[in-house]
Amino acid sequence: MQRPGSALRWAAAAGSWGCRLLVLLLLVPGPGGASEITFELPDNAKQCFYEDIAQGTKCTLEFQVITGGHYDVDCRLEDPDGKVLYKEMKKQYDSFTFTASKNGTYKFCFSNEFSTFTHKTVYFDFQVGEDPPLFPSENRVSALTQMESACVSIHEALKSVIDYQTHFRLREAQGRSRAEDLNTRVAYWSVGEALILLVVSIGQVFLLKSFFSDKRTTTTRVGS
Amino acid sequence: MAGVGAGPLRAMWQQALLLLALCTAGSRGLYFHIGETEKRCFIEEIPDETMVIGNYRTQMWDKQKEVFLPSTPGLGMHVEVKDPDGKVVLSRQYGSEGRFTFTSHTPGDHQICLHSNSTRMALFAGGKLRVHLGIQVGEHTNNYPEIAAKDKLTELQLRARQLLDQVEQIQKEQDYQRYREERFRLTSESTNQRVLWWSIAQTVILILTGIWQMRHLKSFFEAKKLV
Repeated sequence: MQRPGSALRWAAAAGSWGCRLLVLLLLVPGPGGASEITFELPDNAKQCFYEDIAQGTKCTLEFQVITGGHYDVDCRLEDPDGKVLYKEMKKQYDSFTFTASKNGTYKFCFSNEFSTFTHKTVYFDFQVGEDPPLFPSENRVSALTQMESACVSIHEALKSVIDYQTHFRLREAQGRSRAEDLNTRVAYWSVGEALILLVVSIGQVFLLKSFFSDKRTTTTRVGS
Repeated sequence: MAGVGAGPLRAMWQQALLLLALCTAGSRGLYFHIGETEKRCFIEEIPDETMVIGNYRTQMWDKQKEVFLPSTPGLGMHVEVKDPDGKVVLSRQYGSEGRFTFTSHTPGDHQICLHSNSTRMALFAGGKLRVHLGIQVGEHTNNYPEIAAKDKLTELQLRARQLLDQVEQIQKEQDYQRYREERFRLTSESTNQRVLWWSIAQTVILILTGIWQMRHLKSFFEAKKLV
């Protein structure tokens, strides 16, 4: 027979444990996630992103420049103490994997400060830890059945297919933006060159004519 | 007994819900800083009929305490989404924490812009905002535990559903790839045509101006009695 008082105490204890669990979950390296973002980086600008990472989490930063100038950007990754983990200047594409050695805020920045008038579009994919499991209670000790492990391997293979597709799409976007640039440049250049041609040839004729009319007057003046 | 036990139990459920809400709100996600009137734009290149869910959480910088306040009511963020043709798909004001969803109807680059239009920030000169942002596209928008509960699927069925969603996303992306390749091909063919016509036109203009120049100069010199 349960007294109401003990039920209350049990509920209160459960509540306080829930609070502690909440705090623990926020600190323990648990299921992570990936952030995939494409943003525009104006010229002479630097943009930084931050993420709180727990110790021992394996993270991967991958970036690619899609449009703009020579398709390169400076990238820099720092740990909570400011130590530089990764620094590359004028890179088009790179992938960097590291394991977080301490808890805290990791910062990574993309800089376009070397460019005077081209703004760049940069894509990055920051993967922190493993993807969250399909089932919240996935700390099961029992082994997966054959069907389930086949599903898991198909899932991983499809994830890599999607990853390759993304990189292919970005390369294609890069090629297409170059082709569109070329197209507009050819249009402007052909019109401009035709105009210059006409102006120069007409100008030549009139300039030549003006030489001869001046010489005429000088010769007569000298002669007399 | 129901009255006595309901209070702490409700508190427990509230804590569980809070935990779930924090997890889904991406409290451990990526964040960045923006200034008062600064506008940050992100681009999502997606095929058509793809759902995009974005969730954000903002924190304001407290100049006196030199720390970011945990949550600031009264802070607003304006979210604007434009489709590849420049048409506005979504333009709404949300609170300091928000979640926006849209589905693309044309394939291409969609632009998601965020800016704060809170007047409270004007009080703090040089104030900055910390924005936690998470954007999920396509099959990442599906909440599998929720689907499992709603359709009452077994574990294997749920895994199969996840694989089906992934494959559907791959198919959509490949269709989009075909559309993009066609655009690329049209652009290249247009460039090819333009270069061809321009070189022919340039040669014609060159010959014609040369003929005109010689004729004009010949008549000029004949008039000046030099020839």
